[in-house]
Amino acid sequence: MERSRRVLEMKGITKQYFGNTVLNDVSIALCPGEIHALVGENGAGKSTLMNILFGMPVIHTTGGFSGEILIDGEKVDLSSPAAAMQAGIGMVHQEFMLLPGFTITENIKLNRETTRQNALSRLFHSQSLDYLDVPTMRKDARRALDRLDLSIDEWLPVAGLPVGYMQFIEIAREVDKKEVKILVFDEPTAVLTETEADRLLGSLRRLAADGIAILFITHRLDEVMAVADRITVLRDGETVARLNRDEAVVERLAELMVGRKVEKIDLPPRHKDPGEEDLALTIDNLVVNMPGEMVRGLSMTIRRGEILGIGGLAGHGKLGIANGIMGLYSSSGRVSKNGDDIPLNSPEQVLLKGLAFVSEDRRGVGLLLDEPIERNICVTAMQAQNKFLRSWPHFLPGLRLENRGEIRAYSDEMIRKLDIRCLGTTQPVRSLSGGNQQKVCVAKALALDPEILFVSEPTRGIDVGAKRLVLDLLVRLNREHNVTIIMTSSELGELRKICDRVAIVYRGRLAGILPPDASDAEFGLMMAGGVRKEAV
Amino acid sequence: MTNMTDPKTVESGRSVSLDVRRIIATNGVPILFLALSITMALVAGLNVTFLLNEVVTRLARNSLLVLSLLIPVTAGMGLNFGIVIGAMAGQGAAIAVTYWGVTGVRGFLLACLLSTPIAAIAGWLAGNVLNRAKGREMITSMILGFFANGIYQLIFLFIVGPIIPLNDRRLLLPSGIGVRNTVDLINIAQSLDKIWRPVIGGVRIPVVTLLISAGMCVVIGFLMKTKMGQNLRAVGQDMHIAEVMGIKVDKTRIIAMILSTVIAGWGQLIFLQNIGTLNTYNSHEQVGMFSIAALLVGGASTRRATIWQAIVGVVLFHTLFVVSPLAGQRLFGVPQIGEYFRVFVAYGIIAVALALHAWQGRQVRRRAAEEAMLTE
Repeated sequence: MERSRRVLEMKGITKQYFGNTVLNDVSIALCPGEIHALVGENGAGKSTLMNILFGMPVIHTTGGFSGEILIDGEKVDLSSPAAAMQAGIGMVHQEFMLLPGFTITENIKLNRETTRQNALSRLFHSQSLDYLDVPTMRKDARRALDRLDLSIDEWLPVAGLPVGYMQFIEIAREVDKKEVKILVFDEPTAVLTETEADRLLGSLRRLAADGIAILFITHRLDEVMAVADRITVLRDGETVARLNRDEAVVERLAELMVGRKVEKIDLPPRHKDPGEEDLALTIDNLVVNMPGEMVRGLSMTIRRGEILGIGGLAGHGKLGIANGIMGLYSSSGRVSKNGDDIPLNSPEQVLLKGLAFVSEDRRGVGLLLDEPIERNICVTAMQAQNKFLRSWPHFLPGLRLENRGEIRAYSDEMIRKLDIRCLGTTQPVRSLSGGNQQKVCVAKALALDPEILFVSEPTRGIDVGAKRLVLDLLVRLNREHNVTIIMTSSELGELRKICDRVAIVYRGRLAGILPPDASDAEFGLMMAGGVRKEAV
Repeated sequence: MTNMTDPKTVESGRSVSLDVRRIIATNGVPILFLALSITMALVAGLNVTFLLNEVVTRLARNSLLVLSLLIPVTAGMGLNFGIVIGAMAGQGAAIAVTYWGVTGVRGFLLACLLSTPIAAIAGWLAGNVLNRAKGREMITSMILGFFANGIYQLIFLFIVGPIIPLNDRRLLLPSGIGVRNTVDLINIAQSLDKIWRPVIGGVRIPVVTLLISAGMCVVIGFLMKTKMGQNLRAVGQDMHIAEVMGIKVDKTRIIAMILSTVIAGWGQLIFLQNIGTLNTYNSHEQVGMFSIAALLVGGASTRRATIWQAIVGVVLFHTLFVVSPLAGQRLFGVPQIGEYFRVFVAYGIIAVALALHAWQGRQVRRRAAEEAMLTE
């Protein structure tokens, strides 16, 4: 590693999305042959920084960014992915950019095919009519695979290959680019098993030894410690630390990554604290097939009357739990309430068992956006429990009509109780603010009179004041109506604020359950897969 | 990753499954239709020479239209019901050539030349519309076909005559406004077929027409081996990935539509020169439906279609077309039953193929999800 020369410098990068600052004066510098780790929680701004570096359109359609990028000491304008590639930046994407129907060679050479002229292409002066030069393409692909020490045949189709290979093919594609000076790895080990991950780290070292500068984004701290030369920690869009590897310790990194002051609010007391002897729900080996949020065999118990938080990084399955139990995604395993098995894969049956769900997808699953507030509040209860309906005429018992009076009265009561700011029960929910929409979602779940309420990402996309109101509402429901609440959230802070216990999910399984006042380092480590531990 | 150093395990797992059952499973549709055609031919007690004559004629007549569907399928745009637009361009050119009185092969070539820019512009427009309806190309192209039919009727019923003067009693309706329902294409009728039509074993073979279709197969095959073909395939598999990799997705899809529409225009001209008469307001209407049915009978799906599937499809579909009314006549004494059956089959096969496609797509997604779980 040549410390003197800088192959990449990003200076004072600031980026706002719709007035929201997601990156604030972030700077980062890479030397040739260096492995530089960029760590941070979801939402810390890592992806935005990479999108800027790679010239993604999403940056430029949202007003661009301020700050400058220098490559080999020269200022560059990376206004498109093509420009970034030209400048020598390679990106190994988090989701695979591989076409399953193409061979490994075709994928490695995708849109960089070597071609050969023929009569027609000469006639029309059109490169797009050139033949593909398959032998040369295969030779190049072979060379790139060899560089990664991968013995797989280059003519195999990608479909059906184990996931581990795919990551390497993606890397081979970048390695094949002659001009690559900087390689960005965006959480490359997220989908790999441990041996695969080790192998990948080996390749990383080898590439660095060839003089390529590597920017390695991850939240697996043990990997950072294993390969990184230098480490930058981002939190909430700001650089909180720049360390050399010899200065870093895993615990310190975890603390830097998660650490933020938790404002403690005084929660109202209970008559009786929930305990292990009185269980509301038992989850045994739950597997949920929710794309991007797979749950892979999770077991835990939920105490009656508690507020249980479920946290973890995006993609590790925390959202899958509620969606799976409620029957919105196919699932298997055993879930029982009061010793009574809950049928999976049947949303209707689950609702009848006294479970209710406030979905993280408020505008998609949660609400009928163009319907009035009152219908939104009552529709699930009407469907699942035949509430708010009346038989009419009486000689046709199968025919039920909605009971307008009852719906109106109940909705008015809910609007008053939950303090939904609106023009009246007939206002379409689309025109409500995010926080008030969320309250309608909660009201809808309450119309079912649930014993157990799942709430996913209740504060996503609503402003600070409204967040507080929603959290207060959940606490009130729990204390006054004795509803057991299972709250899933990406914001660890709010989980620690109102929950009795916080379960952390890692790679689709329970990593452990911590008390809300556990230290930042403990939470950080558990979320990053540091230690497995059964606490509380 | 235990088998990282042993890639053969991946490979051998694939070759084993290539057994007979798999062949039947993957070619179920053409095999079913082959069986159906043979059964009906036997029931109808058909003369083999007659059947061969019919099938060869129809192969020459229809294959270009079916081939025109291949490129959009490769580009992931599904079955292009919009080829009726190309057919309309071809018909417009045929009417013009008839009016100008250009005869024979020269007339036919002039018609092709004339239909090309019209079809290309129409294809460009259609491509732009479909780029705004990604994921719903098939239904959009079908509706575009209906819409284009409206414009076509407007032009040939009202504009030709008063606005575009046409001084030909044979072409115009008695009122002097609009083109007749039936136009006799004496100038170009059979112009290609009769260039060289040897009789081999009692079967008349329109060699030139067949050669043109074969030539088109070669051209499409060539195209698939080029950079453009690679782009079409990449876009067809995943637009998002293609875009990230720097392929101009929208442009590629528009090229696919232009090529498809232009080839369909030529295909319709070949169809018309064989038939010899033009049903001004009907000839194009069924083109999309029947071509698509033929392609699907050949075993193609909305996401994968090959040249061979197109050819096999034309042969099987049209064999069924020939034999089913005769079988109906023989069995029930009513040809309409056979006629009914073949229409039923044409629409039925499209419905089944589309439903099957959706079902298989879901299976594939489920399997992928399960595999993703197993890797853990």
